[in-house]
Amino acid sequence: MLLIAISGIILALFLIPLGKYIKGKWSITLAALPIFISIRLLLRIPTVSGGSIIFQHTDWVPSLGLNFSFRLDGLSLLFSLLISLIGALIFIYTSSYLKNHPFLDRFYAYLSLFMAAMLGLVLSDNILLLFVFWELTSISSFFLIGFNNEEAGSRKSAVNALCLTGLGGFFLLVGLVIIGRVAGTYSIEELFASADILRNHSTYPLIVGLLFAGAFTKSAQFPFHFWLPDAMKAPTPVSAYLHSATMVKAGIFLLLRFSPILGDTPIWSWSLMIVGGFTMMYAGIHALFKTDLKAILAYSTISVLGMLTFLIGLGTREALIAACVFIIVHALYKATLFLTTGIIDHETGTRDIRVLSGLKAVLLPVFIAGLLAALSSAGVPFFFGFIGKDLIYEATLNASSNISVYLTIAAVVTNICLVTAGFIAGIRPFVGKLPPQFRHIHLPQGSMWVPPLILATAGLIFGLVPGYIGEVVISPAISVVGAEGGTVNLKIWHGFNLVLILSLATLLAGILLYLVNKKFPVHTTTTTYAPYSFFSQIWGIFLRISARFTAVMHNGFLRSYLVKIIIFAELLLIYELIKAGPISIDFNQLSPITIYEAMNVILLIGALILIVITSSRLTAVVGLSIVGFTICLMFVFYGAPDLAMTQFTIDTLTVVLFAFVLFNLPSFLRFHTKNRMVIARDAVVSILFGTILSLIAINVLHIPTNKEVSEFYGEFAYTLAKGKNVVNVILVDFRGFDTMFEIVVLAIAALGVYSLMKLKLKPTEKE
Amino acid sequence: MKSVILQTATRYMHPILLLFSVFLLLRGHYLPGGGFVGGLVASIAFVLHSIAYGTQQTLKILHFNPLSFITAGLALATLSMFLPVFFGYPVMTGLWLNQPFPVVGLVGSSLFFDMGVYFVVVGVVLTILFTISLESH
Repeated sequence: MLLIAISGIILALFLIPLGKYIKGKWSITLAALPIFISIRLLLRIPTVSGGSIIFQHTDWVPSLGLNFSFRLDGLSLLFSLLISLIGALIFIYTSSYLKNHPFLDRFYAYLSLFMAAMLGLVLSDNILLLFVFWELTSISSFFLIGFNNEEAGSRKSAVNALCLTGLGGFFLLVGLVIIGRVAGTYSIEELFASADILRNHSTYPLIVGLLFAGAFTKSAQFPFHFWLPDAMKAPTPVSAYLHSATMVKAGIFLLLRFSPILGDTPIWSWSLMIVGGFTMMYAGIHALFKTDLKAILAYSTISVLGMLTFLIGLGTREALIAACVFIIVHALYKATLFLTTGIIDHETGTRDIRVLSGLKAVLLPVFIAGLLAALSSAGVPFFFGFIGKDLIYEATLNASSNISVYLTIAAVVTNICLVTAGFIAGIRPFVGKLPPQFRHIHLPQGSMWVPPLILATAGLIFGLVPGYIGEVVISPAISVVGAEGGTVNLKIWHGFNLVLILSLATLLAGILLYLVNKKFPVHTTTTTYAPYSFFSQIWGIFLRISARFTAVMHNGFLRSYLVKIIIFAELLLIYELIKAGPISIDFNQLSPITIYEAMNVILLIGALILIVITSSRLTAVVGLSIVGFTICLMFVFYGAPDLAMTQFTIDTLTVVLFAFVLFNLPSFLRFHTKNRMVIARDAVVSILFGTILSLIAINVLHIPTNKEVSEFYGEFAYTLAKGKNVVNVILVDFRGFDTMFEIVVLAIAALGVYSLMKLKLKPTEKE
Repeated sequence: MKSVILQTATRYMHPILLLFSVFLLLRGHYLPGGGFVGGLVASIAFVLHSIAYGTQQTLKILHFNPLSFITAGLALATLSMFLPVFFGYPVMTGLWLNQPFPVVGLVGSSLFFDMGVYFVVVGVVLTILFTISLESH
């Protein structure tokens, strides 16, 4: 399973050097990877539906509890099959949708990276590993939404999606860490056993809140839903794959995964039912007022996600079965509708439902796919969608009696909207009169219209053999989400009862609404919704704060940085000095001053005075080098020839470097003399700094030094490293790794200078 | 500003400084010296040459772009770091030849590491200084 999870990442890596050979007519061969993964997963079905769970474990960072441990149980099998099978079709579809795109290889790399992340997410048995993959899906989604990175709109949508899902991910991480702390394990398998500990722990509401923050942002629940319609700027295969079939269901997966661990409490059920219920109705109604096909699909996706959240909140066995079935139903029809929309967009150049009509005549197979998907979404009998809807009504009707009426009403309203939205997206563009400007349109390549047709047909076939799907896929999934109770029996015919009446009524109302909507269209094109503008205001505040912060802390003047850094260091050091207590000097301990030292200090003070009063840069540099040389002499006096030698050469080179650089600078600006306040400030800061450092130096004399380390080096330099110069032995042998990294840093610095100097910006590009 | 005195002095100083830098590098393991100081002295030799004759002339006698010294140095240091692995020791274990070489003394893997440091330092100093000096003229 490690292979399944990371093969997409490996493929993405291979595409970096080899992509340019593949992105031509061979790009379709890349679909081999998802097909291969699907086959591997399909072969596991008999084992998993037999009730066993396949585990695999490889250590990664055991000290943090983060390991490559994977589990293939019913739930992960359901999701991973969806991901890999739909992935295979998307890979095929993309090869003609983005045919001859200059960055097709890049697109495939992102797509396979995403597939790997998503598979890893659903297969993880370690919640920290799950989080790693969770973030990877956000990041790959960011790249895919912003794929057309030359459009400002795409970039903004990508950043929006990343900010929101990243923020949610951050909360999720905190939640997962608390779970790990409370339960003492990061393994999902072991967490199942600690469910009671977690539910009764005082941090339980916090954990649930944090987990919800992650799931709601990812699965676009109100009020975080707006990133999803925004994300429709991505190429259509991305919308079909990430933003309807798989990634947005990661939040649903998380909720399902944690329902047996954290679920079945009032907090859990009520928050999910309220948020999910509101989202599903809000988005369902919104979907009807859109004119862009992708916007309609986006809102109906949000509505479905709300429905799934709502069902998980309901939490009964029927509700969970309904949720699992509905995930498959939705993935099949919504991906189909996105793909047919993509074909329409590709061929006609528009997605506006007010313009599109009569395309049946020119795109017949696409129409068939759209029709099948719309019928499945409407829940027409014999389609898989029919079974999904029946199960939803069964779940709401069987909920506790005092709320079941309201729940059923909410579900019916949402479903009516979904029926209508499905018809608008799947049927409306194809029927009616063909406008003259679309006459020349012809059917695209087979690799483009076959995938949606396969998906749509699957919706019909699954509807005809529901018993088999229920037994093989749904039962094992249900058994791990906390609703045991034998095999799931899905039937086409439930008998003539309230559920059937509701279902047919929904269908009729939906068709009626569709006809009314077509006759008397009400469209809004405004995009300013309350949550959206609220978030963009917060965003604006962030930008303003950071602009002010930058203006103060990062204003581009070296002198201002130096003053701030030194003042900060002074404050820290003063604090430490005060904490250390009074300072005393024992003059008897000090060695007598020699004539050399006295001469040296006089030289040093003279140079310092020269630096402070001079008005020439070059003189100041020479003065500084004199200071450097006097310090070298100090090293010589006190027996550190290595240091002295290095300091001498460095000082020499520094003067040369300064001379070269000064050549490029304007003449010395004398602002210091103009403003006495600045002079006073600089004097105070520097005198204070010197005083503090001197005090520390005096203080150090009193602190007993720990000689262990230096004695170790002195003792073993010759016996272990065969060297007599301890300093050098430390550099090249004992602490060789440090030296290695230091020379790497040096090399990077040189490359930085080189590229900065060689970078010839045009005046317009300079900031 | 070409000075005949400086040019003449450089003609003698340049080889002597280079020789001295190698001397510092080789004696480093027993007496004050080492790759870092050696590299700095070698770069001073070239900087002196560039001041006397101009940077273009110095690049000519260098034969290689200063950047390639960095590459060579890093490669040498890395190689000497991982050499012990091929003999079944942990990374950075000191390997030593049994017989001392004449003049140089005992030769071990840390000497090659030090040579790597030497080349990196020469490369870094010359890259920075020559880039700036070439841009400013």
